[in-house]
Amino acid sequence: MSHAKAQSKSVLWDWLTTVDHKKVGILYLAAGAFFFALGGLEAILMRIQLMFPEFTFLPAQTFNELLTMHGTTMIFLAAMPLLFGLMNYIVPLQIGARDVAFPFLNALGFWLFLFGGILLNVSWFAGGAPDAGWTAYVPLSSESPGTGIDYYVLGLQISGAGTLIGGINFLVTIINMRAPGMSMMRMPLFTWSTFVASMLILFAFPALTIGLLLLMLERIFGATYFAVDFGGNVIIWQHLFWIFGHPEVYILVLPAFGIFSEIISTFSKKRLFGYSAMVFATLIIGFLGFMVWAHHMFTVGMGPVANSIFAVATMAIAVPTGIKIFNWLLTLWGGRIQFTTANLFALGFIPSFVMGGVTGVMLATSAANYQFHDTYFVVAHFHYVIIGGVVLGLFAGAFYWWPRIFGYKLNETLGKIFFWMFLFGFHLTFFVQHFLGLIGMPRRVASFLGGQGLDEMNLISTIGAFFMGVAFILFVVNIFVSMKNKETTGDPWDGRTLEWTIPSPTPEYNFAQTPLVRDVDALWYEKYEGDGKMKAAEPLGDIHMPNGSFLPFIISLGLFIASFGFIYHLWALAIAGMVVVFGAMFVRSVKEDHGYHIPKEDILNAKGGK
Amino acid sequence: MKYLWRLLPLSFFLLLAGCGQQNLSALDPQGPVAEMQFSLIRLSLYIMIFVIVVVFAIYVFVLIRFRERPGDTHIPKQVHGNKVLEVVWTAIPIFLLLILAVPNVMETFTLADTEPTEDSITVNVTAHAFWWEFEYPDYDIVAGQDMYIPTNTRVIINLESSDVIHSFWVPALAGKQDNVPGNVNDMWIEAPKEGVYLGKCTELCGPSHWLMDFKVIAVETDVFETWAANMAVPAEEKEQSESEVLVEGRTLYEQSCLQCHSISGQGGFGPDLTNFGERTVVAGYLKYEDENIKDWIRDPQSLKPGNGMPAFPDFTEDELDALTEYLKSLKVLEE
Repeated sequence: MSHAKAQSKSVLWDWLTTVDHKKVGILYLAAGAFFFALGGLEAILMRIQLMFPEFTFLPAQTFNELLTMHGTTMIFLAAMPLLFGLMNYIVPLQIGARDVAFPFLNALGFWLFLFGGILLNVSWFAGGAPDAGWTAYVPLSSESPGTGIDYYVLGLQISGAGTLIGGINFLVTIINMRAPGMSMMRMPLFTWSTFVASMLILFAFPALTIGLLLLMLERIFGATYFAVDFGGNVIIWQHLFWIFGHPEVYILVLPAFGIFSEIISTFSKKRLFGYSAMVFATLIIGFLGFMVWAHHMFTVGMGPVANSIFAVATMAIAVPTGIKIFNWLLTLWGGRIQFTTANLFALGFIPSFVMGGVTGVMLATSAANYQFHDTYFVVAHFHYVIIGGVVLGLFAGAFYWWPRIFGYKLNETLGKIFFWMFLFGFHLTFFVQHFLGLIGMPRRVASFLGGQGLDEMNLISTIGAFFMGVAFILFVVNIFVSMKNKETTGDPWDGRTLEWTIPSPTPEYNFAQTPLVRDVDALWYEKYEGDGKMKAAEPLGDIHMPNGSFLPFIISLGLFIASFGFIYHLWALAIAGMVVVFGAMFVRSVKEDHGYHIPKEDILNAKGGK
Repeated sequence: MKYLWRLLPLSFFLLLAGCGQQNLSALDPQGPVAEMQFSLIRLSLYIMIFVIVVVFAIYVFVLIRFRERPGDTHIPKQVHGNKVLEVVWTAIPIFLLLILAVPNVMETFTLADTEPTEDSITVNVTAHAFWWEFEYPDYDIVAGQDMYIPTNTRVIINLESSDVIHSFWVPALAGKQDNVPGNVNDMWIEAPKEGVYLGKCTELCGPSHWLMDFKVIAVETDVFETWAANMAVPAEEKEQSESEVLVEGRTLYEQSCLQCHSISGQGGFGPDLTNFGERTVVAGYLKYEDENIKDWIRDPQSLKPGNGMPAFPDFTEDELDALTEYLKSLKVLEE
């Protein structure tokens, strides 16, 4: 029996070859958590260096490498994969699908991201990490000695390809694979925000790809796109980077908004207030997100016309964001609010993110931005948005979906201690940084001079960072001590959406029978308008499943090997790596693979056994 | 109540201004440009504090009023939404943003108006890793690190870079503009009061980015004119001291330093040192002490990693003494 055969494979081989969206999701979560810890460690090292004026804990060059790798790691290797992990696991369940549209590509996306991330971090052991900031502004990056920036360019290019593949996959999945009755306007908000974020990925990442390609050609093959002496232009890089980079912010925060919508609705036991307004606000934020990139560049000399236009466009984003905040508040209004850990994170998000949002409007004020730009005020702002929005969202989502994904509940008491400690540390770290910027501290400084009024607040900020670090350790402890709290009901939170309609642990095929969706919050509707069980949209039958494949791993490994060839100008190695890549793609194209069926009897047994 | 409302944020700013250093803080503006920017910062902050108060009030009320009480198992009414409310919380923010957007656009244009006037002077600022060069085209002089300007005069600043991107920021006088290689950016500043205003590079430019400080020194117009005139006097026309130490120092300087560090000359690879004796720091940040000057000459890389000056480890202690004395004697304002 094929199903039994699948289980007899070794565990390692199973994970290396899996194309199951749930396992790929867990792989994303595991790798993302690892990089999150790494990026956090880099942050703590930087905060130790900035604890005292003119401290000599780290050399300036190392500090520049740390600040570059902290930003790059947190955005590309932690926040995005962790969100991708949740999307991968949850979105197909929320729309009543058995997998994503392209399971093979899904696995390929993951392995590309992982090998890209590893490549980036190999630079630490190969003569120094990239040192020009996560924005890698030319000519600092194009002229940076050593190989750090080469690792940056190739590592991001490979992992970016994985992200693009993942984004396209989600788009096709959400458009094509919704269960009967699940119209677009019945989709849960997390699925909606995944959809919009995937559109942003589709349009934003190509700009990064082009930018990285130009920088690679410049560094590795001696091109002169950014070399002023040869007629090049250094500002064009900033445009390319931010045409990608600003939508990237929304790629991160919109899915987090989706998570909060699910959690606030579930734990106030109310339907989301203003569902359609929430959907349209998400779409408008996604659209406006492409119109505002140059607000990162108010001081590069674009002139008052461009600065004014981008200032006003940026302010406009506050409107749909405000709509979302008020709709969340009105969802809570009249509800029965349960303070679970997941909901604490969602509720902690609202004031934190509002504070990050208002400083966003302040930064959008172009004439005042000349004071804010590239100071600690900006550092404070984007950490309020990214930690207050994205990271709190990830932790909220982790506590909420943990029983679904891992089959056990995280300890609530430990979780709440973790929440309060993290939130306290977060505000302690970043609140004072607003003022540090205003009283004269530029960002990305390896140290600061004593006697300029900056000492106390830097020390406070570092103490806050320690709180966040210790809190994160508590979270890791929680993962291990909670393992015995098995969750077997499949619906631990009195859920509202389809992912809570199936047994725990989640069967390989997700839904024994594709459900029929009759309203927004499909499960809640059946609980209070129906008999509490989803209606099936198809008879019970054999379920077709895709076979696993080792090729995604091989393709990614080939690119990984080829990258060293490019970085060190070892052309034979580069060619060998590319041969592996194209060879694996050729095998994939010619080898027929029809997948296998899980027979009806197995599904019946699983249902009966429950 | 109304009084309190105005007082609160104000006292908040006073408190903060107390935290920062007067000549380095954007919250304690010392000139019209920083003043304009500070008033926009305040306006935006007042609007934002209003938003925060409204949101937090609803938030706290909701969490207290609608929290789950022990034994409560009721199922709340499943409300779909409210069109009127949606329109209200769309319209009010748009109105609030207009209050901010209109003055912002006006001031963005005001700040971009860098046409020279009859009384204005122009300074061409070139950023180098990791020091600043100030050229005064009207006076045909070049200065390093300290930018002298006359008080109550509009100063038009043209920004350039010789290597990577830097950014010119003097928080107490004006927000920043970038020094971009291949482009010339411009801005203007004005200092009504005499004083020394600290400036910093705000664009990551290499390992010594954090040490790329400079000073804007505002002096009375007649002092500035004297300074500019003396800066322009060619070295050979200056009175030369007969003191043995200074003669030796000058000889050493001419042998080893002059090809990069001009005195009353045009450019050179490194910072102009015509008025080195009037600096208050060495290398942009170290205390102005003999030992620091000597350390810098012996091994500049250890003090500012990545800068362009080679080390001179072979000078004897006597030679360094002479060189230091000579450097300290380079003045244009006093004596």
